[in-house]
Amino acid sequence: MADDYRTMWKELGLNLDNHDALLQVLGKMYGDIFMSQKNRPAKTDYLDFVMSEVHGLRIKELVDGKKQGRKVIGTYCTFVPEEIVLAADAVMVGLCAGADFATEEVEKYLPKNICSLIKSTLGFKLGGVCPYLESSDLVVGENTCDGKKKAYEVFKNFVNEMYVMDLPQMKQNGAKGLLRKEYDKFKTKIEQVTGKTITAESLKKAITIVNAKRSAIHRLCKIRTANMEPISGLDSLLINQIFFYEDPLRFTQKINELCDELEARVSSRQGAFPENTPRILMSGCPMAVPNWKLPAIIETSGAVIVGEESCVGERGTRNLVDNSGKTMDSLMDALVNRYLDIDCAIFTPNTDRLDHIGEMAKTYSADGVILYSIQFCTPYTVEAMGIEKDLEKQGVPAIRIETDYSQEDVGQLTTRVQAFIERIKG
Amino acid sequence: MISAGIDIGSRTVKTALVDGSSIVKLDVADATSSPLEAARVMLKALPACPVAVTGYGRDLLDAIGSFPTITEIKAHALGARFLQGDCTGVIDVGGQDIKVISLDEEGRVKRFEMNDRCAAGSGRFLEIMADRLGFSLEDFGNAALSGQNEVIISSMCTVFAESEVVGLLNKNVERRDIAAALHRSIVKRIVSMYNRASPVSACIVATGGGAKNPALVAFLTKALGANIVALPQGQSAGAIGCAVYAARLKEINAA
Repeated sequence: MADDYRTMWKELGLNLDNHDALLQVLGKMYGDIFMSQKNRPAKTDYLDFVMSEVHGLRIKELVDGKKQGRKVIGTYCTFVPEEIVLAADAVMVGLCAGADFATEEVEKYLPKNICSLIKSTLGFKLGGVCPYLESSDLVVGENTCDGKKKAYEVFKNFVNEMYVMDLPQMKQNGAKGLLRKEYDKFKTKIEQVTGKTITAESLKKAITIVNAKRSAIHRLCKIRTANMEPISGLDSLLINQIFFYEDPLRFTQKINELCDELEARVSSRQGAFPENTPRILMSGCPMAVPNWKLPAIIETSGAVIVGEESCVGERGTRNLVDNSGKTMDSLMDALVNRYLDIDCAIFTPNTDRLDHIGEMAKTYSADGVILYSIQFCTPYTVEAMGIEKDLEKQGVPAIRIETDYSQEDVGQLTTRVQAFIERIKG
Repeated sequence: MISAGIDIGSRTVKTALVDGSSIVKLDVADATSSPLEAARVMLKALPACPVAVTGYGRDLLDAIGSFPTITEIKAHALGARFLQGDCTGVIDVGGQDIKVISLDEEGRVKRFEMNDRCAAGSGRFLEIMADRLGFSLEDFGNAALSGQNEVIISSMCTVFAESEVVGLLNKNVERRDIAAALHRSIVKRIVSMYNRASPVSACIVATGGGAKNPALVAFLTKALGANIVALPQGQSAGAIGCAVYAARLKEINAA
């Protein structure tokens, strides 16, 4: 089996030495951070399986699908509608951007002071270590922040085919019209890449599939509002992370099975943490696999993360698409309506986000909010300053943490997080 | 009740032995190269009593026993209140961290600010700069107090600031004026952290090794318009706070 994978990786053009090194680090990190957790629900074995096969079985599925003509579309943002990709019988995967790799190489093309997520995107390409990227027939970028926008100009020189989607930056003044035009163009592009025609019927079916996937997450969110936590924040984050590349049907089924177990655990008050553990809401930048540094610090410092206000979390999965329309036009409008509600910090003004954080803090009975930003991420670091003040004014303890993918600040981060938890406990 | 605290910092280990509301004994030892060894020796010198640990190396003692730990933030808050019952805030200039803590009426941590990975402007910065200018750490602050106001150093990064210092020395600028400029640049950084933590300015206790520096305290007082209290035991505030915590924990567990 392992040999088969090596052949597959080689055929995909991965750098096997680099890739071995990455898998070794990833495996060790997963063991240290996830397998060491106490009182994990039994059904988290699905997560362990997915992670153990993250570059194996899942890639094989993609490669096998490609042989049958099923194209792979790689993406980096929650604004790219998976429904359109699925409607053309293609597969959408979120691409790797959660760890430092080949940083010296990256800095030949990008400035030093650009966020870790963007550096990682190029690093995984230059290092030849992301089989998802190498499987992708089309890589989709999007005009979100300036950093990503400009980095895609560099990135496009390294990938087979790159497509950049424009996004509105304000939500009034014809934003819906603009996004609709972009989604129409994207649909045409996907039809061209796949050679398949998207029909109202296939789109409706795709919407049903993605709605079901989001509904499974909504169910998990609801369980986590209970006044005890049957599952850790780390495992919940991981669920939100694999949401981006796992097979959608299997994901939905497995997460619902896990939720069955979690509901039973809530009834029998079987927590992953002792009762009255301080509850933390995380809010801010997306956390891609294996960006687990801060959540691991929080949950080994005597607190539990009860929610993620993040694109890899509730901001990305909130709201379903209205699937009642019968025509292509009405379904495309329904997509636009759902996606334009995402309150990403690239929008101005973005007051909905502040309201959502306040609501989430209440719904999840959070004792404090940790505002997480990746260093050099202007949209989220700027918003964090105002949000922190606003939350404190509402009586919700808040702290801003800015960090990157390196490990050098773990000592100081731990002190700050622990001091914040001490403060919450009083 | 007798209780003790250990503060394992990046530059020194501090211990405090406390009996109720009075200090029995304070100790400070260098810990740059082997903090565990220094802590072990100092721990042995303490009588059998409840002990709590703080500081950058607070988990180091796991190797020799099980001790409750608290962060430096909480330790300095407790220690400052012990030393100065009405204090409203703390400015701690430690070896590699600067912290500003705002306290509520009961002395609990209301807000805090702390530098992240970079030790710019911390105690270690002062040491290196004093050395570069040929001052002992003790003379450095006094020299700065007598220095003029005209020189400005804009960098707080140790490497960049050192280049600036070299440049100034080669322009034949007085050492004490450079010393004053270095202190003012640190104060600028602390002021911005202070404004974010925004403690009530009535009584701010200076702790950490920085509390021993007269120029830092004088410049801070002027820049903040706050009442800054630098006590001789300021450097041991973290260890004292731990002793207070250890005693409280003992009482809670006994109840």
